Amino acid sequence: MAIEAHGIAVALGGKTILQDVDLALRPGELLGLIGPNGAGKTTLLRAMAGLLTPAQGKVLYDGESARALGRQALARRVSFLAQGGDTSWPLSVEAVVRLGRLPHRQPFGGATQADSTAIAAALAHCDVAGFGERTMGTLSGGERRRVLLARALAVEAPYLLADEPLAGLDPLHQLEVMELLRRTARRGAGVVVVLHDLTLATRFCDRLALLDHGRLVAEGTPEAVLDDARLRSVFNVVALRGRHDGEPFLLPWRAQSHGQPDEI
Amino acid sequence: MKAPASNPPSLPVLIALLAGATLAVFLLSTAIGYAPLDLGAATHDWLAGRPSLPALVLTELRLPRAMLGALVGFSLGLSGAAMQGLLRNPLAEPGVVGISSAAAFGSVLAFYSGLSASLSLALPLGGIAGAILATFLLFVLLGRGAGTATLILAGVALNAFAGAATALALNLAPNPYAALEIVFWLMGSLADRSLDHVLLALPLMLLGWGLLLSTAPALDALTLGEDTAASLGFDLGWLRLRLIGGTALAVGSAVAVSGAIGFVGLVVPHLLRPLVGNRPGRLLLASGFGGAILVLLADTALRLAPIRPELKLGVVTALIGAPFLFGLVNRMRREA
Repeated sequence: MAIEAHGIAVALGGKTILQDVDLALRPGELLGLIGPNGAGKTTLLRAMAGLLTPAQGKVLYDGESARALGRQALARRVSFLAQGGDTSWPLSVEAVVRLGRLPHRQPFGGATQADSTAIAAALAHCDVAGFGERTMGTLSGGERRRVLLARALAVEAPYLLADEPLAGLDPLHQLEVMELLRRTARRGAGVVVVLHDLTLATRFCDRLALLDHGRLVAEGTPEAVLDDARLRSVFNVVALRGRHDGEPFLLPWRAQSHGQPDEI
Repeated sequence: MKAPASNPPSLPVLIALLAGATLAVFLLSTAIGYAPLDLGAATHDWLAGRPSLPALVLTELRLPRAMLGALVGFSLGLSGAAMQGLLRNPLAEPGVVGISSAAAFGSVLAFYSGLSASLSLALPLGGIAGAILATFLLFVLLGRGAGTATLILAGVALNAFAGAATALALNLAPNPYAALEIVFWLMGSLADRSLDHVLLALPLMLLGWGLLLSTAPALDALTLGEDTAASLGFDLGWLRLRLIGGTALAVGSAVAVSGAIGFVGLVVPHLLRPLVGNRPGRLLLASGFGGAILVLLADTALRLAPIRPELKLGVVTALIGAPFLFGLVNRMRREA
C-alpha cells in the first residue's frame, strides 16, 4: 500500500527537471516535499498524481500503474490540490466542493447519500460549512484556498497531494491547514504537501523529502533531513534551533554569506 | 437534504421553462409571416393530405423556416456555451476556432463556382465540406495533447485564412451581382429554405449536440483548472476533440444552411449563466434552448418589421448583440 515513484526522470522543453527520483508515500503519513524554488517539487507532485508521464521510471499506485487502474479509478485513489486559489467561474462554495465527487459519478446517476456525507464532512473539516451558498468571488483569498482544500478532501481518496496549500494564508490559517493535513493523515490517508516554510515542515510533517536541482538529496525525519550542512548547501541559509514544549523547532535566521564560516 | 436556495430555479424547472418558451416562439414564428395564414385550417388541410395553398405555405415555407431557426439557434447557443466552458473565457464563441468562417467559405466557393446554380443543395453541402476540412486541419495543427493557447492560435490562423479566401472570391467575382449575392449570403438568413435543408442539417446537428452535451461534467471540472480537471479523471485531449468535433458538426451545418449568424453563441450563454449558478455543465442545455429562442424571435421580428428588402438575420442578431457587448465592456470596466 503506497504511491511509489521509481527512478523518475522528467524533461520539459529539453531541460531536465527531475532526475532519478525514488520516493514512496505510505498511508497514514504526512510527507513534506521541500526544496528551493525550481528544485522540481511541483513536477514531482504532478508525476506522482499521474498528471505527467515521466520520461523514465514509473509511478505505481498500490502496486498498479496509472494505465492499469484507469483514469476514473486513479481519480478516486489520488486527490490533487493544485497551486493557486482561483476558479474560472464564480461557482457557489457547495458547487465547488461537489466537484470533488466527480470521480464517483455513475452514468445517468444523480447525487448519492455518500456524496452528501462526503461534502458535508469536507466543508466541516475545512471550517467553511457556513459558506455553502456564497460564491467564490465573495470570499477572501484564504477562504477560497480552504474551500479548494475541502474540494480535494471531498474526493475521499486514500492519497492527497497538495501543492503549496499554505501560499497566501495568514499564520492562523497556515497552522490550521497543517493541522488539518495532519489529521487527514491520522485518519489513514497518505498526504504529500509541498511547502516552503521550513518551520512548519519540521513541526508538522512525519517525514521530509528534500529536492535540489531535480534530485532527491535527502529523505527521512525532519531532524535528519534539515541538518545545518544541508540548510547551508541547499537553501543557503543559517537556522536557529530550539525546543518548545518538548518539540524541536527550526527557524531560518539569516542568509549565508559566501566564503564566511557561520557563527551559530 | 436541503435544496440550494441561491439558485433561483432548479435545473429541471429551468430547462422545462426554456423548452416551453422555445415551443411558444416556434409556434409564433410559424404563425407570423408576410401573408396572413389560418394556422388551424392549414394544419387541418395538411393532416388531411389536401395540397391547399395554406397547407403548402405551412409545410413548404413556414415550418422549414421555424425548424431551421430553432435548430440553428440551438446549435449556436449550445456550442457557444461549450466553447466558453472549454476556454474558460466569457468572450469565446463558436467562431473562435475558425470552423464557421471555413464553412462560410465552403458555401461561397460553391456559389462562386456556379455549382449552386445547378444543384439546390450545393451551398449547404459546400459549407459542410468547408467545416469538415477545417476541422481536419485543426486536428492536424493541434496534434495530440496540445493546450488551449495552441487551439486559440490555430483558430486565429484558420479564421484569417478562411476570411482571406472569402475576400479573394469576392475580389475575383465575375460580376458585381455575383459579389452582391455572396455578400448577402454571408449575412445569414433563414428565408427561402426548404425541408431538404432541415433534413440535411438535422442528423449532423443531433450528432454534434450529443458530443457537446457529453462534455458537461468535464467542463464543470475544468472550472478548477486543467491539472485539477485531469486529476478528477478527465482526459483533456479527448475533451477538446469531442468539443471541437461537436462544434464543427453543429455550427458547421448551421452556417452551411443559414450563413453566418453572429453573437448568438456569445450573448446567450452570458444571459443564462447566472440562472444556472455559473456552472458550465448546466449552462449547455440551457444555452441551446436560449439560442433557439433568440434566433426564432429575431427571425420573427425581422418579418414583422416594416423594412423592405427584408433585413438579414445575421444583421439583426449583430444589432442586438453589439450593444450587449458594449454593456459588457462597461460592466467589466467598472469591476476592474
